[in-house]
Amino acid sequence: MPKRDHAGPPSELDVSRRGFLKGAGAALSSGIVAGAEALEAANRAAAKIIGPGKTPVTLKINGVNKALNIEPRVTLLDALRDELELTGAKRVCDRSSCGACTVIVSGKSVYACSMLAIEAQGKNIETVEGLSVAGKLHPLQQAFVDNDAQQCGYCTPGFVMACKAFLDKNPNPTIEQVRKGLGGNLCRCGTYVGVAEAVLQTAGKKGGRANA
Amino acid sequence: MNAFEYAAPTTKEQAVGLLADRWGDAEVLAGGTDLLSLMKDYLPTPKRVVNIKDIKELQGIKYSSATGLRLGALATIEELLSNAAVKKEYPALAQAAEGVSSPQIRNAGTIGGDLCQRPRCWYFRSGLGYFPKDDGGKDLIPTGQNEYHAILGNSGPAYFVHPSSLAPALIALDAKARIFGSAGWREVRVEEFFVTPNNDGDRETVLKSNEILGEIILPPAKGIRSATYEVRQKEALDWPLAAAAVALKMSGNTVQSARVVLGHVAPVPWRSQAAEQALGGKAIDENTASEAGSAAVNGARPLSKNGYKVQLARVAAKRALLQAAQGGA
Repeated sequence: MPKRDHAGPPSELDVSRRGFLKGAGAALSSGIVAGAEALEAANRAAAKIIGPGKTPVTLKINGVNKALNIEPRVTLLDALRDELELTGAKRVCDRSSCGACTVIVSGKSVYACSMLAIEAQGKNIETVEGLSVAGKLHPLQQAFVDNDAQQCGYCTPGFVMACKAFLDKNPNPTIEQVRKGLGGNLCRCGTYVGVAEAVLQTAGKKGGRANA
Repeated sequence: MNAFEYAAPTTKEQAVGLLADRWGDAEVLAGGTDLLSLMKDYLPTPKRVVNIKDIKELQGIKYSSATGLRLGALATIEELLSNAAVKKEYPALAQAAEGVSSPQIRNAGTIGGDLCQRPRCWYFRSGLGYFPKDDGGKDLIPTGQNEYHAILGNSGPAYFVHPSSLAPALIALDAKARIFGSAGWREVRVEEFFVTPNNDGDRETVLKSNEILGEIILPPAKGIRSATYEVRQKEALDWPLAAAAVALKMSGNTVQSARVVLGHVAPVPWRSQAAEQALGGKAIDENTASEAGSAAVNGARPLSKNGYKVQLARVAAKRALLQAAQGGA
């Protein structure tokens, strides 16, 4: 498991900040660099430097605004799982390499492990928790059940969201398009055939077992 | 991942002002698909992260038959892939974008980010730097786990392969990179954008720590036939084992001039002038393409476990040439 280290020691961070300012060419005690100092101040004001400590962040998740107080380094995935208890998206590789953390941001599938939560502000974030309505599975979720599209199930929520983004963009796909369109998700149990059939079933095409 | 200060400037001037005078203090964030992974492994550990995605001026893709193609460094791989003009006029580039096989990476990853991607070498990613050595000071890679390492440009000290998917096509199509810094814009050919590092503090491009890659400009491609061919172990979620991008200027049925660029074979995208010269004045057929493919890997020096890549690179060049010759534009 990757190291979890959200809480860095504040004293160390303060030292780092000073080190940064020196490194950026500003010998702060010298009069000559008053310009550099002023520039730094102007940059801070203009571009709003935030952190490294906790800062208020509002995320719109499945249509509902959620207020958080988190450090800039917190990824969207960790904000969902650790702050909001939305544990559908899974933390597996945490390196853009498996797809288990897939969510939909602004209508597009993305890896939540590779986006900072602070960057996702003001965007529509859809997670697997938002798919079912009043306890009734979304047709895509039902198609996963109908087609045995999961075994251990760990990759499933990510797959479901990748499939949803794919179907939103390609409502009438061929099997070849389905295979290519799901190239960003891995399943170590090897349920790819079931997943592809679930996508075809949802699209109302033959191939899904429920339509067979 | 260590904590960092975060800023999301809306102008390129602000962005450059927020960067540092030396590597390591600040990093530029765009798509995040590489940088955040690197930071989770503590390479690098910036004190400040500057998210440039909100700089409108560096977004978007624009084509004109008179001036060519302008790619904002922040345009995503998906934007590149779904652009009709790119597909029609610059097939090598569209095919290279298609090789980025994860939709999630295409949706988030940017053109600039593809070019500024750090090496995928597993020694590098494990924190051993560009030039891992054993206790006796001997290079680990030439006799180590080098299945995916360089076969060209590897006389030392670097053995990794540059991971960019788009660079070979951009170089074949004679693109220029426009770089913005505190002194304004400067321009380099994409071919010259990449450098082989000699020290662990170096980087793989000519970018300075307080500059950003702003845009890529391609000349009009009228009369140019181009193609990219990748040889892959897996169809998805992986980098090619070898790739070739070619651009041909034809005079009737014969090649007037050619560009042949290999990818994933050297620490920089590898342009082969030997292959280009082998094609001059000839028609592209199975034989001439095959000869040019052999010329492209001339001088290859495989390491202990990657001899197979010589054949893959040879075939990639041959197939890219045949594909380009058949294609239109």
